[in-house]
Amino acid sequence: MKKSVFFGVLTAAGLVAGASAAATLDDVKARGTLNCGVTTGLTGFAAPDANGEWQGFDVAVCRAVAAAILSDPTAVEFVPTTGQTRFTALAAGEIDMLARNTTWTFSRDTDLKFDFTGINYYDGQGFIVPSALGVSSAKELDGATICIQTGTTTELNLADYFRTNNISYEPVPIETNAEGQQQYLAGACDAYTTDASGLAATRASFENPGDHIILPEIISKEPLGPLVRHGDSEWGDIVRWTLNALIAAEELGITSANVAEMSSAPGDNPEINRLLGTEGDLGAMIGLDAEWAKRAIMAEGNYGEIFEKNIGETTPIGLARGLNAQWQDGGLLYAPPFR
Amino acid sequence: MSETHSFTVGYVRHEMQGPLPPPVAESGAVKWMRENLFSSWLNAILTVVSLFVIWWVLSHTLPWMLAGVWSASSLTDCRNILAERGYSSGACWAVITERWPQLIFGFYPSELYWRPILAFVLLIGAVAPVLYTSLPRKMLWFSLIYPLIAYYLLWGGSVWTPVMLAVGFSLVGMGGTLASNKSGFFFGVLIAILIFLLMFFDPLSALLNVMGGIAGLFSADSVRLSPMIGSLALRDLFPLMPTLSDLLGSIAPIGLESVTSREIGGFLLALVIGLSAIVFSMPLGILLALGRQSDLFIINKVCVTFIEVIRGIPLIVWLFTASTLLNYFLPPGTTFDLILRVIIMVTFFAAAYIAEVIRGGLAALPKGQYEGADSLGLDYWQSMRLIILPQALKISIPGIVNTFIGLFKDTVLVVFIGLLDPIGFINLIRATVEWNGIYWELYIFVGLCFFLFCFFMSRYSQYLERKLRTDHR
Amino acid sequence: MADVSGPPKESFRLSQLIYDSRYRSLTIQVVATFLLTAAIVWLGMNLVENLNRLGRGFDLGFLWQRAGYDISQTLIPYTSESTHGRAVLVGMLNTLLVAFLGCILATIIGVIAGVLRLSNNWIVSRLMAVYVEGFRNVPLLLWLLLIFAVLTEATPEPREFRPDENGVAAYSMFLGDSMAFTARGTLIPAPVWEPGSGVLVVIFIASIIGAFVWRRHALRQLYQFGRVVPILWPVLGILILPTLIGFFLLGRPISLEYPVLGRFNFSGGATISNAFMALWLGLSLYTGAFIAEIVRAGILAVSKGQTEAAYALGLRPRRTLSLVVLPQALRVIIPPLISQFLNLTKNSSLAIAVTYPDIRATLGGTAITTTGKELEGLLLMGLFFLALSFLISGVMNFYNSRVKLKER
Repeated sequence: MKKSVFFGVLTAAGLVAGASAAATLDDVKARGTLNCGVTTGLTGFAAPDANGEWQGFDVAVCRAVAAAILSDPTAVEFVPTTGQTRFTALAAGEIDMLARNTTWTFSRDTDLKFDFTGINYYDGQGFIVPSALGVSSAKELDGATICIQTGTTTELNLADYFRTNNISYEPVPIETNAEGQQQYLAGACDAYTTDASGLAATRASFENPGDHIILPEIISKEPLGPLVRHGDSEWGDIVRWTLNALIAAEELGITSANVAEMSSAPGDNPEINRLLGTEGDLGAMIGLDAEWAKRAIMAEGNYGEIFEKNIGETTPIGLARGLNAQWQDGGLLYAPPFR
Repeated sequence: MSETHSFTVGYVRHEMQGPLPPPVAESGAVKWMRENLFSSWLNAILTVVSLFVIWWVLSHTLPWMLAGVWSASSLTDCRNILAERGYSSGACWAVITERWPQLIFGFYPSELYWRPILAFVLLIGAVAPVLYTSLPRKMLWFSLIYPLIAYYLLWGGSVWTPVMLAVGFSLVGMGGTLASNKSGFFFGVLIAILIFLLMFFDPLSALLNVMGGIAGLFSADSVRLSPMIGSLALRDLFPLMPTLSDLLGSIAPIGLESVTSREIGGFLLALVIGLSAIVFSMPLGILLALGRQSDLFIINKVCVTFIEVIRGIPLIVWLFTASTLLNYFLPPGTTFDLILRVIIMVTFFAAAYIAEVIRGGLAALPKGQYEGADSLGLDYWQSMRLIILPQALKISIPGIVNTFIGLFKDTVLVVFIGLLDPIGFINLIRATVEWNGIYWELYIFVGLCFFLFCFFMSRYSQYLERKLRTDHR
Repeated sequence: MADVSGPPKESFRLSQLIYDSRYRSLTIQVVATFLLTAAIVWLGMNLVENLNRLGRGFDLGFLWQRAGYDISQTLIPYTSESTHGRAVLVGMLNTLLVAFLGCILATIIGVIAGVLRLSNNWIVSRLMAVYVEGFRNVPLLLWLLLIFAVLTEATPEPREFRPDENGVAAYSMFLGDSMAFTARGTLIPAPVWEPGSGVLVVIFIASIIGAFVWRRHALRQLYQFGRVVPILWPVLGILILPTLIGFFLLGRPISLEYPVLGRFNFSGGATISNAFMALWLGLSLYTGAFIAEIVRAGILAVSKGQTEAAYALGLRPRRTLSLVVLPQALRVIIPPLISQFLNLTKNSSLAIAVTYPDIRATLGGTAITTTGKELEGLLLMGLFFLALSFLISGVMNFYNSRVKLKER
């Protein structure tokens, strides 16, 4: 691996032009690792622990994909990307997929030439304010100073929201979520706005979380999901259906605890059988073996398990499922049928 | 006489009296304070102001630092311990005790820490003969192969990679020297380049490519010659050295556990980028400096443009270029490591600064040295190699060390393109559930590490400056 | 053997291209040009091919599109409805502002620290050594982050200025309620330009010109006729008096608007944001540490004999300093000083650490991420910095050629 990189430079001049990037799957298999773009640190979504192991909600998606393809959830190289470098890293082929709470927008999907493969978290932009301020609605924030992460869709949403409501504000731009937290606590702004999930994580880290309230307004839709390069549909399918498998597994009651048992022999639910490869040959249709979904689920559990483990109500972050519940429970998660 | 005295003077002292202690104001601490602290009204005011500043800073920081908690599992834990002890605020050094390996080594596997440490120790041995002329000159050979040793220790992998690189480069060097002794400098350079291409590149494919490209320019359906001749078995031999090292690796798989560049982080990453940039930029910097002094119009202008453009644009813009733009200028589909791209970019950046330092050294040499070399009948490269450069480089060493310190400090900018240097790790640690909300402790630790390293380096370069100055005059 | 021929004919052989010093330089240049052109063509072809593959061209059209985001500090009118081009302009002006003010403050700090470091006051010189070494040996980025954090953590929030039930506020403004330090920034009174203020500006500019004319006149008197004409007090008088008289005669056309605490923030007055303050202070303190060393070296470079000789000629200490020591020290100090200004200007791109809206944040940041035009954006940004650098080094070359020792 290392050697090829090193000599890769030396031989770069001799490389035949047009080494086609058409088959990401083959590249990943040949390489033996999945290069997965994540954030440079966002509580609950991606951060390394003391042993250097990456943990988090986005990280779990990468691991599931790696498990489905390479049978090894640890065969992932996590590539930290900033808001500015994430798209170029993906476009240049430096990473195979980007799982970095990136909002699915029209222009990113079309103009920037990426394919969003689904939504792993339905988010929306909210505000957090100190309760001492006596504000109960975002519309009362006329003239307030607001901390805002630059280079994100939230920056554009904020400008639009205040303009349409005909109220004014003063932006305090900040670079990272951690910086925003510190600035907000120090009183550099009256309100901090970012994705609601981030607000909850932020509030959880405060010394006195009760002194801060998250305002009821959600001013934007932020569907966050993994994305891949445009033009490699086979690869996009694998990422899309791995995510769907995790979601469907929760719906069908398959967990990391019982997946081994359920996949040992065909059960009476044909959809479970098809998903786990005990019936039919769905895996072959996306260029993988029959047990791909089983491995993806075994990696970190089904969608619900991943949610609970990383950002759910039992964690310090304490997010409720809300929109991210299964469709039967009033949420938006709705995996297409596996057939 | 004494008789007379005994009548006229009632009392005569016979022994010498011991000296009186000097007045209080002229001795000891009081004198020192009078001279050094309160010699005038202005000085007295300055002293008082300074004392106030020192007191103010310490009174705001010391209690917080000393109340610090050294072992806790998370920030909440830390705050609870502090509350139990009755402090309203205090540092939470526990984050350092838990995470310092990440800040220093990044994700480097902890059982392999001996490798970077050994590389660092060897570095001292490699730098010593460059700085101390009294050491045996044979040791310079070690300095020359040190980059390969360091590369092998840090990245590991098959031992044959660095060995074959060394063999390849020594072949290049030997062939070049031989040829230049036989038929002149230019021929030597030509041979060296030829051997280099044969060893590390795939000249055949490149040639075919160019031919294919030219053919493609003229014919509409883009005739590619490469598939035709590409089937020749000869082609598989190139590039020679990598093929050989693969072969040897399969016969005798000796090597260290390999570590990917992504696992290198923290101060180790800062050092790797800074050091490799300085080392690789030396040859380029020397050439640029010579080019800038050259009378050849085109060469001169190219060098000047390169230096000025690189120096005129901030490093951060170059780093963004490395991370987002470099791929546009390479053949489609070529990607290589971000760390490698950054090293290449920083190397160019450092080369421009090194060139200016060396130009200073060249300019500082008395004109007689150039004329002396000419009068001996040496040609340009001989006079440069034997007379001018050894002296110019020697007086440039402090400047080079200073450039390195600046570069080392500037490497923290790589955090903005997503590389995990110490500041990148600070961001990561602050994003974990346990340490979310921590701030000062990490920055103080990283700042202190930088200070210690840079301070001793700069002290050392000042010492060198003094030493070299006495040598020269 | 015995055949003695005349001088060899000047026939041109191919090997002369390499071995004959008359042709060799030509050969080298031709080869270099060829290689350079080949490299540029190669890079250019790759660029074109890559752009084609991505389905886009080189297009600066995004500069005329709606920007859609707000900027926290604007020197020219700007809203989220303005174009990206205008946002870029705002960023440029912000960069220039912080660089310009930074150079001034850094010089002041550097000169003071450099002189104090040579002071015979033990504690002061040690303190300055700590300052200089501390700033020179820690990355600027860390200092910016620390200063920014100190500025926001150590200052009160605006609502702490609000009186509680008992009518007592935790903090109060100072200088007659005209200034306040808050976690948002420093509040200062803003001038309000009323009709007639234009005349005042004209008067002020005229008095600046007048002051220069007086100085010239005084120096001419001194050098040509040996008459000592006072400079300092007349110049101060020329600068201040006409403007002051005009101010009252015109009925005080310029007034000050004080900041007043509103619902969330102070309104009125002017706010200097903490991001700006942190960047400005950080850049100035960092560069000031380098300038201090330059100043120290410059003063030490003037040999003691010069001072003694001046005393021997009967010059008083102040005149010795201004006529003998300073002119010589400045010759040593100014060239590295200007290159420090260049460094400061380039380092201002570290505004990214405190998210000050400079050109990197507008053009190199939001514009690139929202439009995806990294090639165009980075190119424009590079050109801007390059132009700025050439301007500054042009000034340096001009100065160098002026103070060059005229050897006769």
